[in-house]
Amino acid sequence: MDGVSIPLDHVLLLSALLFICGLLGLMMRRNVIFILISLEVMLNSSAVAFVAAGARWGQADGQVIFMLILAVAAAEVAVGLGLVIQIQRRFKSLDMDDADRLRG
Amino acid sequence: MLELILFYMAATIALVSTILALTRVNATHALIYLILSLLAVAVIFYLIGAPFAAVLEVVIYAGAIMVLFVFVIMMLNLGEKGDRREKKLLKPQVWVTPVILALILLVELVLVLSQSAPAETQGLISSKQVGMTLYGPYVLAVEIASMLLMAGLVGAYHLGRRYLEEGGGS
Repeated sequence: MDGVSIPLDHVLLLSALLFICGLLGLMMRRNVIFILISLEVMLNSSAVAFVAAGARWGQADGQVIFMLILAVAAAEVAVGLGLVIQIQRRFKSLDMDDADRLRG
Repeated sequence: MLELILFYMAATIALVSTILALTRVNATHALIYLILSLLAVAVIFYLIGAPFAAVLEVVIYAGAIMVLFVFVIMMLNLGEKGDRREKKLLKPQVWVTPVILALILLVELVLVLSQSAPAETQGLISSKQVGMTLYGPYVLAVEIASMLLMAGLVGAYHLGRRYLEEGGGS
């Protein structure tokens, strides 16, 4: 159960792989809900890296930053889902390509 | 040795369910896999000696934030179309894979809890330690986080209102 027995490299590798999954999903999916889910995955993967590093050196700072990431994720999801509802009302679809009025 | 095997199993479940979540067509199915991925990450947190982070991951991430997602998705497709979707959701091929992966996680958790007494572990960071750090050197960050949450609340309230539909913008 002690933090030393699980190598830090492998946890960081897992975190990087999760981040890459989220990034690919963010770039490839056009549904707003899936874009938000990808953002969640990316935030969560960075939280894994923080907690793993904090556990490796026996410091509580990693978990403190994890809690701040939780607060950021909650605020981001609240605003993002409000935007989802507005996009659905205005364009009657959840496709991001319909909401391209800002495109140059 | 045991926790190493358990870690690799949980990591595999986390990766697989994340990839499955991001490749689903139906948003509700994607959410089920995403919750599974978050639970797997919680098991990993427990294994690397951060039980408080594991609890928060389950309660806030897999609980509160995902409930928000489910609310909005259920709000968006109402009517008989939603009813048909719900009937489809009850078919076994939809929920069998998540249930199997979740059962593996449950077995892992039982194994971990039965094999070691929590009091004698070394690298464990207790919730007391986390709380002391959070309200010691990081107290300014707590204030900033509270303001961020307030801003998120106000922003979500503003964006969710109906008058934006008729009046503003276009």
